[in-house]
Amino acid sequence: MAGAFLPAAELTESGRPILKPGEVECSLLSAVDLLSEELPTFPHLKSGLLILTTHRLFWLPPETNNRTNPSSFIPLSAIQNIISNKKSIKSMFHSPRIRFQVSATQDGRIMENGGRNSVTITLVVRGKTDPDSFVGKFWEAWRGRAWEATGSASGSGSALGDGGGSGSGPPLAVRAPVVGVSGILRKEQEMWESTDKSLQDAFQDLNALMSKAKEMVMLAEKMRQKLLSGSSNQNSGANDEELGTKEEMQDWLLSVGIVSPVTKESAGALYHQQLSRQLADFVKIPLERAGGMINLIDIYCLFNRARGTELISPDDLLQACSLWEKFDVSVMLRKFDSGVMVIQSKTHSDEEVFARIKSLIMKPEALLTGVSATEAAMTLGVAPAMAKEYLLTAETKGLLCRDVSPDGFRFYINFFLELNSKDMYLVKDHSRYSTWTSAVLSR
Amino acid sequence: MQTLGEFKLPNFFNYPPYFTLQPVRDTRDKQIQLWKELILDYCRTQKIFVVGLDEDFPLFSNPVIERSLSNEAREAFLSAVVSEGRAEWTDKSRRKCLLLWHRIQDWADLIIRFAKDNGLEDSVMTVEEIRSGIESRGTELHGMDRTILMRALKYLENKGKLAIFKGTSADDEGIKFSI
Repeated sequence: MAGAFLPAAELTESGRPILKPGEVECSLLSAVDLLSEELPTFPHLKSGLLILTTHRLFWLPPETNNRTNPSSFIPLSAIQNIISNKKSIKSMFHSPRIRFQVSATQDGRIMENGGRNSVTITLVVRGKTDPDSFVGKFWEAWRGRAWEATGSASGSGSALGDGGGSGSGPPLAVRAPVVGVSGILRKEQEMWESTDKSLQDAFQDLNALMSKAKEMVMLAEKMRQKLLSGSSNQNSGANDEELGTKEEMQDWLLSVGIVSPVTKESAGALYHQQLSRQLADFVKIPLERAGGMINLIDIYCLFNRARGTELISPDDLLQACSLWEKFDVSVMLRKFDSGVMVIQSKTHSDEEVFARIKSLIMKPEALLTGVSATEAAMTLGVAPAMAKEYLLTAETKGLLCRDVSPDGFRFYINFFLELNSKDMYLVKDHSRYSTWTSAVLSR
Repeated sequence: MQTLGEFKLPNFFNYPPYFTLQPVRDTRDKQIQLWKELILDYCRTQKIFVVGLDEDFPLFSNPVIERSLSNEAREAFLSAVVSEGRAEWTDKSRRKCLLLWHRIQDWADLIIRFAKDNGLEDSVMTVEEIRSGIESRGTELHGMDRTILMRALKYLENKGKLAIFKGTSADDEGIKFSI
């Protein structure tokens, strides 16, 4: 079992790794084996999905044998060395391999805090993807030492700034007279240097901003978690005011967004698949707030807003949604007869909504004047466009029928099927028709 | 209960969806059925033979609930009456409908009974006399549509029950019963 050697990775319901604060995905490779050529007891993890983040290297099992090898990861902090690829004739015929040394305990277990021994791990890339770019990113992530920055967030930014400035010439305070060719040259150089310095200053500010932004994101994330845990165990105790501020807070925090958006660059060929999983995790909260169903357009806006700059196209969103059928996720894409597409959770039941529509439509005033989509939206607690879809679906099922007039488009309870065309004056007892008739007569 | 002249209207005449052509198949079928019966009932009691799409047919609007049928709905309901053989379009553009709440052979039977009741088995009379003569007063034949009457008479001629002979103008077409 891999569990004995590698720490297990936590996954979201849709099968994406749960990232640590500040952890960002860098690259993905599909069909990768993970094994150790020197330790025979080390498990051979076959053709899984490899996800490189700034902190860890994940190996996720292929869908089919989920149980034999659980998802696991190697912390980048445990890596001692990445062994450069030797190009040989032999390697041309093999699947490309990537090797690296990892610190491990005596019996070969790899832990986050390392160990005294070291183990060489081999990655066999069986997919058609080019491993070179992956190796490049692997190096970059390993050297980036992002896991250290998590503790002291401001450290890395300023260090970079200082490093860039070390190559400059003598301090500007000592001014030589501007004479002759050398004077012109010196002046030229001074100008260069001052430009260089102001550029550096500018970027230093940016770095400071970025590290501060990171803190802000972390803070917001923490507050969101707190709010979420708060809302799950709040029952009747919370008063309205508290609820109001919570809602407001939620709204602010929505704009904080996704720390590690799946991008074409990081995921490559797996882009839509991973995007689909990330989306499935993302929609849960807005879906809950919207009453179990939400318009695809609304999700498009919310999702892109959460992604910040890594915007996706409507096509990508649609593809990501249609991929849900293939994964075991708790949400689904639904297309109404009218062509409107929505995202709905699988637990959401139409029957319940129809029951609510029925009780709404049987109220005395609704019997007389019908209901419009807007009125239904207020009662059902959904968007008017959604309410209209529900009403139209209820109409198709024969629960409602429509009235189109200069007053607008309204729905009434449908009792056409109860009427008798052979005896038009008959009003059966205890029917919808009799309820309606008595409501009309008592007007 | 609401009435239209002497005609008693069913309760659902005040049901606003009754005046909107329903898009859902089952509901629409039932709605058409109800309209068909109501139109035939009304025309029979009110002796209305021709219904025009563009005319103010009293059934086609309900001022109480401020609803009236769209042209599409009117045509759909009248077409349903036509397809059951209880009406015919008078022209190709389908703007007017001739209603046969009695089928032609039923009208023919009524004419035969009228002739027998009045001892006219071998008599000669004009077409106009059947529609507006003293003899027909109080029967369903009185005031009936001329087109329908002519069709019923032709039907009887084909059966050998009478002969139609033409006069100089449409008014003095005559018939001779031979029952």
